[in-house]
Amino acid sequence: MNIKKRESTDWLLKQVFKAAGLVTIGLLAGIFLMLLYNSIAFFADVKPVDFFTGSQWDPESSTSKYGIAPLLVSTGLVTLGAMVIAIPLGIFTAAFLSELAHPKLKTILKPVIEMLAAIPSVAIGFLGIVLVGPGIAKIFGIQNGLNALNGSVLLAVMALPTVITISEDAINAVPHSHREASLALGANKWETLFKVTLPASLPGLIAAVMLGLGRALGETMTVLMATGNAAVLPKGFLDAVRTITATIAIEMGEVPYQTTHYFALFAIAVVLFLITLAINLLGEYFANRLRKFHA
Amino acid sequence: MKKIRHLFNWILLLGSTLMVCLILGVILYDIFSKGMSSVSWHFITRFPTNGMTKGGILPAMIGTLLLTFITTIFSVPFGIACAVYLNEYARPSVLTNIIRASIRNLAGIPSIIYGLFGLALFVQSLRLGTSVLSAGLTLGLLSLPYIITTTEEALKRIPNSMREATLALGATQFETIKDVVLPKALPGILTGVILTMSRAAGETAPILFTGVAFYINGISASPNQEFMALPYHLYMLSTQHQSIEEVRPLAYGTATVLILLVFVLNIVAFYIRFKHRTKD
Repeated sequence: MNIKKRESTDWLLKQVFKAAGLVTIGLLAGIFLMLLYNSIAFFADVKPVDFFTGSQWDPESSTSKYGIAPLLVSTGLVTLGAMVIAIPLGIFTAAFLSELAHPKLKTILKPVIEMLAAIPSVAIGFLGIVLVGPGIAKIFGIQNGLNALNGSVLLAVMALPTVITISEDAINAVPHSHREASLALGANKWETLFKVTLPASLPGLIAAVMLGLGRALGETMTVLMATGNAAVLPKGFLDAVRTITATIAIEMGEVPYQTTHYFALFAIAVVLFLITLAINLLGEYFANRLRKFHA
Repeated sequence: MKKIRHLFNWILLLGSTLMVCLILGVILYDIFSKGMSSVSWHFITRFPTNGMTKGGILPAMIGTLLLTFITTIFSVPFGIACAVYLNEYARPSVLTNIIRASIRNLAGIPSIIYGLFGLALFVQSLRLGTSVLSAGLTLGLLSLPYIITTTEEALKRIPNSMREATLALGATQFETIKDVVLPKALPGILTGVILTMSRAAGETAPILFTGVAFYINGISASPNQEFMALPYHLYMLSTQHQSIEEVRPLAYGTATVLILLVFVLNIVAFYIRFKHRTKD
């Protein structure tokens, strides 16, 4: 092949690779604009005030109500419960892995976490129905265990691998000199862990929590299967709830194309999109702070 | 007193770790112990019969394989091209930062929103209808950030001296990438591809409105038809079927097959990574 031809091939392929890179920006923008475009059609029919402050979600009734509050509170409640379980469990496990576990033990524990991460969400949701639900019903003496608590337990399981992996990276990133300085000053192993190593890795731990939170907020199948799906304002963890994701999954299959109800589902999707985007950006901010801190 | 506190700390950390192991143990024990009895040659080679209260899961397995195949052939070339651009061509610039930020944020978007996007773009705007093609393309978009990240990790591990040596011998940059960088990074890329396939095979939310069906009659490899899929089949058997208690064994069997499929893919990926590591 002559040089000219080789060079023009080289130039052409560079443009192809670059185009592939640019498509990712287009994809993110496209998803956002698609959601926004369909939501605008919704807000032409329903006042934003009613959407954000209304306490009822009942699109099927004769006076269709499109209040996002029950869905938002449901989502918040289930995710909050999940984080209460997953944060301590995840961070302590990460601390054990990075500070105490023998390297040989680590080669067994790492695949355990990878396997946990690989289990499809629908299988976890199935266990919510056949195992966690009946368990909750028995413990609290209620009729069925399909409620917010069930969703929280399952989402905690789904968020755990993310929280553990990123927390462990954060703890590992703390320089050894920090630990040595603390030990040399007479602090014992535990004082060093709780007062030096963990505080030094705090931005990374926050990033881990944020990414775990993002995962739990956006999860659909487990909450759809295990939380009872009642679109009313929940009073506590033993009430049935319906998250934003579950509402989209249930109703999108049934609504006629391009009705107010159809557009309403895009409107709640925009709210979900913006919440997860904010949480991911926050997580990234803290991850960057950790990187700068140790650079 | 101090000793008790130390013991308490030990128990706290070790207990948390054991708890995580226990969770995995309970999940696998419950599903496998109750599901293995349903899994048989009959179960994976037959169609569902008697209103899905008997028979097997053959169409759901074929649907999942076809779906995963479409997802892979769409997302892999695209993902690799993007990773090559970021790692081999792009210089630190505002544009590069925007691309990287987009990829990270795409990875954080809930899967159900990809489902909505697939519905609006592939099913309605591009008029592909609810089909295995629409669902595969939707899952392809979902997988894109994952493929890009794992491929870039693989490319980063190739030492720069190799690129410099090839360029010094007179090869163009594209020839360097095609003949040296990509072949050397292949095991790492392959690991990422297989893990992506395993994730795609287990996803349910993005395919809900883009083409998955309760039941299809007969097998067809045509990409413009609706399809059955293992995860959706499990969802349907455990929540939507009219005699849920009666089909519980079938649901357990489906869950077993789905988890085994995902684990086999993960083990293959793990093996490739392990074998490659010992070589260096």
